[in-house]
Amino acid sequence: MASTSESSKKSQGLLHSLVSHATEVESPATKVYVYETPVRLWHWVNALCIVLLCVTGYLIAAPPPSVPGEASFSFLFGNIRLIHFAAGEVLALALLYRVIWAFIGNSHAHQIFLPPVWSIKWWGEVWHEVRWYLFLVKVPKKYVGHNPLAQLAMFGIFVLPLFVSVFTGLALNAEGEGIESLWYQAFGWVFALLGDSFTVHTIHHISMWVIIVFSMIHIYVAVREDIMSRQSLVSTMISGWRYFKDDKE
Amino acid sequence: MTSPATFYDVFRQQGISRRSFNKFCSLTAASLGLSPAFASEIAHAMETKRRTPVIWLNGLECTCCSESFIRSGHPLVSDVVLSMLSLDYSHVLMAAAGHQAEAALEETRREHAGEYILAVEGNPPLNEDGMFCIVGGRPFIEQLQEMAAGAKAVVAWGSCASNGCVQAAKPNPTQATPIHKVIKDKPIIKVPGCPPIAEVMTGVLTYMLTFDRIPPLDRLGRPKMFYGQRIHDKCYRRPHFDAGQFAEAWDDENSRKGYCLYKMGCRGPTTYNACSTVRWNDGVSFPIQSGHGCIGCSEENFWDNGPFYERLASVHTPLGVESNADKIGVATVGVIGAGIVAHAAASALQRARNPDNAAKTGAGE
Ligand code: HEM
Ligand code: SF4
Repeated sequence: MASTSESSKKSQGLLHSLVSHATEVESPATKVYVYETPVRLWHWVNALCIVLLCVTGYLIAAPPPSVPGEASFSFLFGNIRLIHFAAGEVLALALLYRVIWAFIGNSHAHQIFLPPVWSIKWWGEVWHEVRWYLFLVKVPKKYVGHNPLAQLAMFGIFVLPLFVSVFTGLALNAEGEGIESLWYQAFGWVFALLGDSFTVHTIHHISMWVIIVFSMIHIYVAVREDIMSRQSLVSTMISGWRYFKDDKE
Repeated sequence: MTSPATFYDVFRQQGISRRSFNKFCSLTAASLGLSPAFASEIAHAMETKRRTPVIWLNGLECTCCSESFIRSGHPLVSDVVLSMLSLDYSHVLMAAAGHQAEAALEETRREHAGEYILAVEGNPPLNEDGMFCIVGGRPFIEQLQEMAAGAKAVVAWGSCASNGCVQAAKPNPTQATPIHKVIKDKPIIKVPGCPPIAEVMTGVLTYMLTFDRIPPLDRLGRPKMFYGQRIHDKCYRRPHFDAGQFAEAWDDENSRKGYCLYKMGCRGPTTYNACSTVRWNDGVSFPIQSGHGCIGCSEENFWDNGPFYERLASVHTPLGVESNADKIGVATVGVIGAGIVAHAAASALQRARNPDNAAKTGAGE
């Protein structure tokens, strides 16, 4: 195995390299260990929770047709909300775990949380990627982690809205527990910040659509890159290893 | 101003029996969520305390708070509270008018400085130096600030004083501003609602007068005993909500069966108030019981969170088209989906035309 893979396998904490530039590879190894187990685990747990949350969340705002019979024989809407709250709490805990991992994991582990928006060079690379996706550039650059445009998209239309939905979601959950609850003491400030409960619902709801739009783009790009690019993507999130197709041993 | 008599003296002068008085005390204790032991404490306070002067100011408002207040239905309260307080100034209820009235105001301000409670109905508009609301020949904001300076505490009646209400709804041309954003150095008790429930209003005042302190408030400054729960938490239609049984249209079969009004836009899940427990008009009913969803009148921004009869608030898009979160979401998904299809087609085309380069395209997501 080439030596770069060994070095990137070594844990480089956030403190180690605060500036999370995407690493452009000059002469890459055939394969590199990118996503560590906690990151991959988080990715798939998160994906499952998001699917559950989007389906149940949509139904919470637009309930299915009424159930016939006596109220005491059905708990349909209660169950939809229960699944939502349970998945929401799992997602929130998983996100906390992921944030902690950003501090202890390898250099790719904090990429999506800290795009170097202050770096002019980085914005240049974002622009390069934009032109590449518009078919204006013929040969793309190679990156071990996320390319700069992907990093920007991850942060702007995924990580941020995810935090928004988690904080607003936990606040709405706290309302259900009652204003004297510990939940409310922990998350009641969201209402003081945003004004009223209904506005919190609206923001929570809009963040769902942002996450859905992100997911569509994310899945499309991942599959497309996997087919067309010089490196593996989908399998990388399963095995952790990134393969570079056009490199010979 | 003559020193006000004790509450009990006033009660007796009004021909109220000792028995009715005791009944009032225990009902008040109950409505404040206190244990029965407090009834005697309330009675004791009423027998010994002098009446607290209350100044009732009216800014930009519709007087629905006053209208609600005078209908307080608990035994005797509509009579009693008016005598209980020494209501020295109130546009709606005082006999005096004009200069005489303003003189009474001035007198209370001077002679009871630091003692009186300032009850404010409505709010001051700040635009154009406050010229949109003139009281006694001066902008209301001046009267408000002057009277607040000498007050012991300020009660913000209704949604106008607490949150701004309709005159502060977007775009708020007069810049109507709730009390807590103008008066910063006094304790403020918000009693939102459009109007607040009569018994809630009298309950809050009774608490303050008898215990000589402000009631426990929540994070937003509302008395916890009345605003500690949502309508939805105590709604009698809640079992239908949990079951998934909703009125789908006004006056359909389901609404006749008394199903939950959530799909018809009920704001009960986001509204803190006591309607589903205290109810209105001496406990006769409340909107949901009468078949109409809650419109969230005691919540901040409730006018901007309309339409009242739809679950989702309308969201104003930059193009000026009114929409809601789901419509915007579906439209965006459509546009992005079409973009993806087009991009995929273009990618396939490029790959077909230029197979050599195929392996070199792509940049890692
Ligand atoms: C990907 C993340 C999430 C998505 C897409 C999502 C989606 C939604 C949607 C669309 C609604 C309906 C809002 C409305 O009333 O218009 C909703 C409600 C709600 N969500 Fe989430 N949500 C997410 C995360 C969470 C989390 C982390 C929690 C915390 C436990 C949570 C708790 C709630 C609660 C308590 C409600 C209100 C339910 C009710 O009023 O009956 N959500 N969610
Ligand atoms: S009618 Fe309104 S307050 Fe009552 S259960 Fe339904 S949504 Fe909640």
